[in-house]
Order: sequence, then structure tokens, then C-alpha cells
Amino acid sequence: MARYDRAITVFSPDGHLFQVEYALEAVRKGNAAVGVRGSDTVVLGVEKKSTPKLQDSRTVRKIVSLDTHIALACAGLKADARVLINRARIECQSHRLTVEDPVTVEYITRYIAGLQQKYTQSGGVRPFGLSTLIVGFDPHSEKPALYQTDPSGTFSAWKANATGRNSNSMREFLEKNYKETSGKETIKLAIRALLEVVESGGKNIEIAVMTHKDGLRQLEEAEIDEYVAEIEAEKAAAEAAKKGGGASTSASS
Amino acid sequence: MKKMKVISPILMEVSWVPCSPLRRVRIGPIKVRYRMLLLVFRLSFLSFFPSLSLSQHFAPTRTKPHHRISVSLNLKQRKQREEKRRMMMKLDTSGLESFSAAVPSAMATAEDQLFAPPSFDLPAGCADFDKFQMEAKQTLKHAKGTTTLAFIFNQGVIVAADSRASMGGYISSQSVKKIIEINPYMLGTMAGGAADCQFWHRNLGIKCRLHELANKRRISVTGASKLLANILYSYRGMGLSIGTMIAGWDEKGPGLYYVDSEGGRLKGNRFSVGSGSPYAYGVLDNGYRPDMTVDEAHELARRAIYHATFRDGASGGVVSVYHVGPNGWKKLSGDDVSELHYKYYPVQPTPVEHEMVDAPPA
Repeated sequence: MARYDRAITVFSPDGHLFQVEYALEAVRKGNAAVGVRGSDTVVLGVEKKSTPKLQDSRTVRKIVSLDTHIALACAGLKADARVLINRARIECQSHRLTVEDPVTVEYITRYIAGLQQKYTQSGGVRPFGLSTLIVGFDPHSEKPALYQTDPSGTFSAWKANATGRNSNSMREFLEKNYKETSGKETIKLAIRALLEVVESGGKNIEIAVMTHKDGLRQLEEAEIDEYVAEIEAEKAAAEAAKKGGGASTSASS
Repeated sequence: MKKMKVISPILMEVSWVPCSPLRRVRIGPIKVRYRMLLLVFRLSFLSFFPSLSLSQHFAPTRTKPHHRISVSLNLKQRKQREEKRRMMMKLDTSGLESFSAAVPSAMATAEDQLFAPPSFDLPAGCADFDKFQMEAKQTLKHAKGTTTLAFIFNQGVIVAADSRASMGGYISSQSVKKIIEINPYMLGTMAGGAADCQFWHRNLGIKCRLHELANKRRISVTGASKLLANILYSYRGMGLSIGTMIAGWDEKGPGLYYVDSEGGRLKGNRFSVGSGSPYAYGVLDNGYRPDMTVDEAHELARRAIYHATFRDGASGGVVSVYHVGPNGWKKLSGDDVSELHYKYYPVQPTPVEHEMVDAPPA
């Protein structure tokens, strides 16, 4: 088994590409990231590890824009992310130049996934150790889109998805609680999913919202705290209702 | 001394020496150093070819200084030697003459030509290459003998063209399809080199189809025209001759672009391309209104092309008119221009000035 995980272009006898699987492991160790698509908004949320006091937090941006209408969040090796994002940005502009049209979300996702796949089939290179969540609006269309890519180079469209640390529990939560939302409800759903795995508080979460009209907007800490407070209140109310209902049924029985 | 017959080496460059050059040899009654013999022969040979350098004979073949011919000749021998030398001069070298006799011109030039390096004329245009290149390009520029036009109006795009192909003054065809169907919702027109236009439009059709397959949506007219313009720009200066209009209907509505082989690309509402375009523009600009009906626009396009074919010798044949609407293109008509002429200007009975009448019976 150990012989098959050195060079990435080598399959193991049972059909695994071990380097790709190890890259997925690296992704699982990265920051949690979640994306939720609404009817007119799409939200990206990322877990923010506590920044050291002396670090200038503005230089550490986890949610980046690839073009005025496309944004990306990723989980995994941040240095690999930088390289991939630069290539994607160039491709967005090159597409504008050759076809005089902005890229569609699907096109740029296909490009990024193709790039990730190329590095799983070349000699002497290792795969990119990151999964990305790509959101945006197609040009001349008001419908938002959310796509995910992974180190093997596959991509697919999602209504809501999560990657990184504890992504499974986040995804379960989303599967249970997803419904078609719009505007603020979408943002709240994304924050609730993140709060499942992250300590609550504005300084541990980074949220960015994209609408067709206003493009990408990063939420301030204060705003996030507001949302968190709302969510907590709703949760408490729900629990109280459940307890109250339980007590009344037990009283009646 | 070993008696040795010397077969005198007539041919100069034979390196075979029958003996050492210093050896005294006997030719008949004459005794002489072999080197002398060789020298005499070479000199006589040279008298016919003086351009050859003589240095090879006087260059020392040995590193040691020359031997003086230390021979103690008595008077008789010396006289014999002189005689022999004189005889040598009068040797029969007719065998050598065949070479130069074949060249009747003066000896000097013949020898020069034989041994001068072969020369040839430089190809045309080498003297001034830039001028040559410009001239070559000019000969290829057949000012796009055709008339094509296209315009956008409220109901879509009308595209019209003639159908004559000309090679200089010769009409090679009256039935060329100058409106090329790139795909069911996009049309391209042909002006300039027919082969260039046909090939690159077909190539553009391939690219549009690939775009559709990859992106699951049709390419816009903007994108298609940009793809073509980029390709043509990369071939700029290599002699492509294309003046085309890309017309279509996409998500943004009707689209019309003019693309040419110089790499230019223009977006516009009304275009006419070709040698008949000034005449077509006159009629088109005069009759154009954005709120025409499809029939009115059809008639306008047909008239404009007809007038261009009337005045321009390189345009003629059949006027084809297409309409591009939200559901794609549709061919509206294809009329022969000579028939159109009589439709627009029917023959009027003209009054005759002097009628021929029978003479009144006497």
C-alpha cells in the first residue's frame, strides 16, 4: 500500500489514487466553510480562527472575489488557494476579453476543477489541497448559483453545502433544515449551520453575502453579532415552546 | 643509375611521380632532372591558363633550403640542355588545346568564366524588399467585388446580398451563396476572398457549436464575432481578405457586427460591405426607419442591392434576403436582378419621332 501513495499518477491495485485521498484529508483539517443558496441571495460563511493580536486581520481574507459577480471560499491549504485563485481571476478576465461576456459560475467552476484535475495526472506535482465553494450570478440572469470543487477535480452544483472541519455535521444540519429562503433568512441559515461547529460570536465567523444588484458584501462583526443574537433568541424561544408543550402534555396525561 | 622510362605526365595534377624529383632521368638522348621535366610541363600548361597561381610551383615542398642544382655540366651538356629546353617550348600540346578551343571567345574571359564562381540573377524584389512586399499585397487586394448589407430594425435583422463572383473582369459565377448560415440563429455574409470567407465561417460555426456544448447555452453574437475577429487578427498581414457581417438574435436581442480581415470589429445598426456598398448605402440610408414592418424592410433591402448591382460591375446575379427573428433566421426571397430591373422600371412604349409609313399610292 505504501508503494502506491508516492507518485500521484499511480493507481493502487484497488483503484485508489492515494495522493488525492490524502489531499482530501488535508481539506478535512482546514477551516469550516459553508455556502447556502437562496432565491435571490447566496451566502458564504467561513470559520475564523482567533487571530493573533499583532496580526493585521485585513490581510487574511478567507472569502475572495474572482470577478465582480463571482466569489469563492475554500477549505484547506491557503497557499494552494492563493495560486488557484490567481489563475481563476486571470481566466475570468481572459474570458471577458475573448467572448466579451463575463464568465458564468459554471464555466469558472469547470475551469478551477479542470486545473485541480490536471495536477492529479501530471508527474512531479501534488494535487491542490483544497476544496472550494464558488458562488455567483450568471451574467444577464438573476438566479444565484453555488458550486463545490474538490482536490480530485470533480465539481457539482448545490443548494447548500459545507467543507472543511466537521463538514459532515454541518451538512446534516443543512439537510434537515434547508428550505427555500431569500434575503436575511438565507444569511441566518448559513450562520446557524456554522454555529453548529464553531463557537458563537462575531469574531469567530466571517460571512459574505452576494446579491445580483449589490455584488459581494462582507458583513461587519457587529452585524454578525446581531444575527447571532437573533438566532440565539429564536433557539431559546423554540426550546421554551417545546418544554412548555411537553409540560402541558405531561400535566394533561 | 637505373634506367627508367619516363612516361611524361601530361596531366598536371597527377600526384604520381615515377621517381624522386631530383633524380636524373633520360628522355631519349636527354638527361635532365625529373623536377625540371615536371616544371616545364606545368609551365607550358599554364601558358594556356595564366589565371592559375604559380605559387604552388614555387612554394617549397621541402623544409630544407633548395638544393642548388649542383651539376657539373660541361659545355656540350649545357648546350644540349638549352636545346632541349627550346624543344620543350615547342612541344606539341594540341591535346591540351581541346579544352580552350571549345570556347571561341577571347582566351582571357573564357578562362575567367571557367574558373570564376557560378553566378545567377538575384530573385526579383531582393533589392527593395519592403516595396516588393507592398506591391505583392496590392495585387492580392481585389477590392471585395460584391454587395452585401445588413441592418437592425425593431423586428430583428435583415441580411441581403448579391450572388456574383468575379475574377478581375471575368464573371466566374452568378450563383454564389454569399449569406452563410453559421447556425440556425446566426448568419454571416461573404465579401472578399470566397474561400477565406467560406472556410472561416465554417470554422466559426464549429467553435460556436463547441461553446454551446461546453456551456449549455448558445453563444452570443458578441462572442461569436469576437471569436472570429481574434482569429482574423492573428492572421493579419498574411493575405486573408474577408469583410463579413455577423448577424443574429441572442439573449440581448438582435445583434449585428462587422468584422474584417484587418482585425477590425464594429458594432452597428446598418452596414454594407463590398464594391457596390456606396450605391447600397445610398438607398438604404434613405429608406431606413427603425419601425418598419418585416415586409417593408425586406423591400428596402432588395431595392438597395438591386441598385448596387445596376451600377457596380462586380455585383449581380440574384438578390437573397434573409430575416433573423427571435426564433432564428428565415430566407425571405431570392430574385434575379435583371427581372427586378424590369419590375422596377418596366419598359415604356416610347413615342417614335419619324414613323415609317408606306408611300401614298401614286
